[in-house]
Amino acid sequence: MRLKVNGKTHEVDVEDDMPLLWVLRDELGITGPKYGCGIAMCGACTVHVDGLAVRSCSLQVGDVTGEITTIEGLGTPQAPHPVQAAWIEHQVAQCGYCQSGQIMAAASLLGVNAEPTDAEIDRALSANLCRCGTYQRIRAAVKTASAKLREATR
Amino acid sequence: MSRAGKIARRGFLIGSAAVVGGVAFGVYAYKRTPTNPLLAALENGQAALTPYVRVDQSGVTIITPRADVGQGVYSVLAALVAEELDLAWNEVKVDPGPPSSAYYNGKVLAEAFPFAATDMDFLARDARVLADVAGKFLGLQLTGGSSTAADGYEKMRVAGATAREVLLLAAAKQTGIAKAELRTRNGAVVTPDGRSLTYASLAATAATIDPPERVTLKPESAWRILGKPMPRVEMTAKCTGTATYGLDLKMPGMVYATVRTNPRLGGVMRGYDAGAALAAKGVLKVVPISGGVGVIADNTWRAFKAANLIKFDWGPPPYPPTSAAMFEAVAGAFVPEYQDSRFKHEGDVEAALAGAGTAVIKAEYKVPYLAHAPLEPMNVVVQLKDGRLDIWTGTQIPLFLVAGAAAVAGVSADNIHLHAQLSGGSFGRRLEDDYVRQAVELAKALPGPPIKMTWTREEDMTHDFPRPLGMARMRGAVKDGKVEAYDLSVAYPSVSASQLGRQNLPALGPDVTIVAGAWDQPFRIPNYRVTGYRVPELVPVSSWRSVGASGNGFLHDCFLDELIHAAGADPLKELQRLCWHEPSRKVLEAVGEMSNWGSDPGKDRGRGIAFTLSFGVPAAEVVEVTNTSRGIRIDKVFVAVEVGKVLDPVNFANQVEGAVIWGLGHAMSAELTYADGIAQQTNYHAFQAMRLYQAPAIEFRALTNTDEIRGIGEPCVPPAAPALANAIFAATGKRIRELPLKKHIAFL
Repeated sequence: MRLKVNGKTHEVDVEDDMPLLWVLRDELGITGPKYGCGIAMCGACTVHVDGLAVRSCSLQVGDVTGEITTIEGLGTPQAPHPVQAAWIEHQVAQCGYCQSGQIMAAASLLGVNAEPTDAEIDRALSANLCRCGTYQRIRAAVKTASAKLREATR
Repeated sequence: MSRAGKIARRGFLIGSAAVVGGVAFGVYAYKRTPTNPLLAALENGQAALTPYVRVDQSGVTIITPRADVGQGVYSVLAALVAEELDLAWNEVKVDPGPPSSAYYNGKVLAEAFPFAATDMDFLARDARVLADVAGKFLGLQLTGGSSTAADGYEKMRVAGATAREVLLLAAAKQTGIAKAELRTRNGAVVTPDGRSLTYASLAATAATIDPPERVTLKPESAWRILGKPMPRVEMTAKCTGTATYGLDLKMPGMVYATVRTNPRLGGVMRGYDAGAALAAKGVLKVVPISGGVGVIADNTWRAFKAANLIKFDWGPPPYPPTSAAMFEAVAGAFVPEYQDSRFKHEGDVEAALAGAGTAVIKAEYKVPYLAHAPLEPMNVVVQLKDGRLDIWTGTQIPLFLVAGAAAVAGVSADNIHLHAQLSGGSFGRRLEDDYVRQAVELAKALPGPPIKMTWTREEDMTHDFPRPLGMARMRGAVKDGKVEAYDLSVAYPSVSASQLGRQNLPALGPDVTIVAGAWDQPFRIPNYRVTGYRVPELVPVSSWRSVGASGNGFLHDCFLDELIHAAGADPLKELQRLCWHEPSRKVLEAVGEMSNWGSDPGKDRGRGIAFTLSFGVPAAEVVEVTNTSRGIRIDKVFVAVEVGKVLDPVNFANQVEGAVIWGLGHAMSAELTYADGIAQQTNYHAFQAMRLYQAPAIEFRALTNTDEIRGIGEPCVPPAAPALANAIFAATGKRIRELPLKKHIAFL
């Protein structure tokens, strides 16, 4: 089957019911999305399908209909996306394992809601678990990213 | 401790090594300098300056031989070297290095001796020196006990300063300019006429120069990096998906595996039927291993799926099958036969409680098993080929891991190469190497290709070595508005015996972790006794962020709060009155000021305070809650903590905030319970952690009134749970004596 990931089309030969996460990680070598729980309870595997956050561990690859973006496709170390830049500015990550998912969830939120309230941030990101407890910095970074994105589009 | 005392201690260590070492460990071994592991791997033109710095044609690499499990040790250790070596921070390169006894941790064992961190008498100092000698002798390269900063503070700076001296000498030799005229800046030696000689260009000459035996360290006032906000070395990688964790490794020809072993920990596998698994797509091999089976496939998910198809016949657990039965075993351990320690015994508790007209206050408290549950499940890549075993994983115990792998593989340790990886959390879980031994069994069955073995989350949750469950029974009395007597008995299975036993090491003497965070608190209560009871082993247990203090902080502080309320005293004022340790008093004073303690918290709101001294760090926390119609909301947390020095302020803040979230989140909602010998919480839906919407604002203050360098990874965990429980009491009048709190009250 054909998958478009980070702007590039891949041909993969896998079962329809293989979760997108494992197609990305083990078949395509795209390891930014992480395995944490396998049941959509932690959010470490979050990627975008057509710009919206989905849990790739619980999405069968056969059901993917849109274009996939992973953390690697959002921005790069040389040219980070404004959300990634905000994360770096606020030094959010500790172990960092959940942060690919946190960043993808935040980018998805800001894509549909440019200026979220605290409650809206809580609602959008509470499904993403961080065992290290970086939540205060995540909140601050989302606000910085929101301001940067709005400035850029003004 | 005074500065004079600190210098004397160092002098004691060096001067008296023959006495101390001779008695305990043998002089020759103590005096032997650990071999430098980096010399073996060097090529011509590269110079090894010390075991912590490598300079070659590509520049300077700092060896950071502690596991980075999210606590930022790569950065803080690198900063200590970079400061003295005058490197540009944005050009710093780190390498976790090979396993080696040269990287022994001289501080971590200090916590294993029964001397309170506040105890500065001769015997206690002697024990800490002994711990350093023991660490060196055992080659104990270990990450844990909040000891990395303390252990590295001098070693890493001396390493950097030594490297700088040699590079200056090399530059003098190369240019003919006197060394005194040369300066260092941003990774280069600068000549009086402004020429810049990079360290890389001096590497070859530096290799021919013997390092000096003594160096002078920079005064703190000249620090450019330490103590200043610095970005973490791996931050950009972690925010762009380009950081490589163990789970992310990719190698040519790699195959993928998972294992299933008896979820009744330590139970045998009586049989299995892998027929369906062998027929499943992508499966290469099904391999029996100790206590279970491994599935090797061409994709992780296919291995997971095939493992689910195997039918197992698991043997019974070597412990009582249910949580209720285990708590019964704990309750039965408060007998002389199981008494493990009584390190605190002041005044006459029995007489004080038996006094005429004394109302004895009694309580019983309980804490549950808790899983580490780091977000990255246990995983490792192993490759056994031509008599050589390569292992890629994150670990806090590299040398034990190699020894264990050697025993399983039948390969000598010299032929085992461990490549340290970043870990997606640990919280103590990577102090164990069970998963590595399993993977080595797979490699023996399938030598040749690299095998990436990944546990499912369910395997991870059901095969943890959790924080032990425990109980406390306490009695106390108050008089004239003051706490007069406090008799605390705690019972836990022994973490030390369980953990060391898995490495075939004996746990000698009492287990300090059973009473840590309780017996060693700097309070002067006229009649004060803390007794530890060792419950015979149940589920195998291990170190969990803040170890013994994680449960004892809650037990000790909540009952103290009960006594203070019974006395009709103010909790902060009474803690201050009882506290004899000046740095701890200042911490209490600070948190009181920050939280505006004593002011009206408002309708349906409450404020609770708790204090725990752990890992040498006094930490006080005030939690503010609101009792809403739908449950308790945690509004704000204030933290004051004494650490001697803050070396890396951003990471310091991260560790304080993270520890508070960790402490509160588990206190609210988390427990591991057992039925049929199996942990019932198999994933994050059942083992709940704090989520963003529940996370309170956290305000902290770091005090630096002492000379001791202390670590901050753990000490802010223990006071969080009791401060929350005490706040709930203040807001609702409900005293909760069992964790998790949600068994008794709802949270938003």
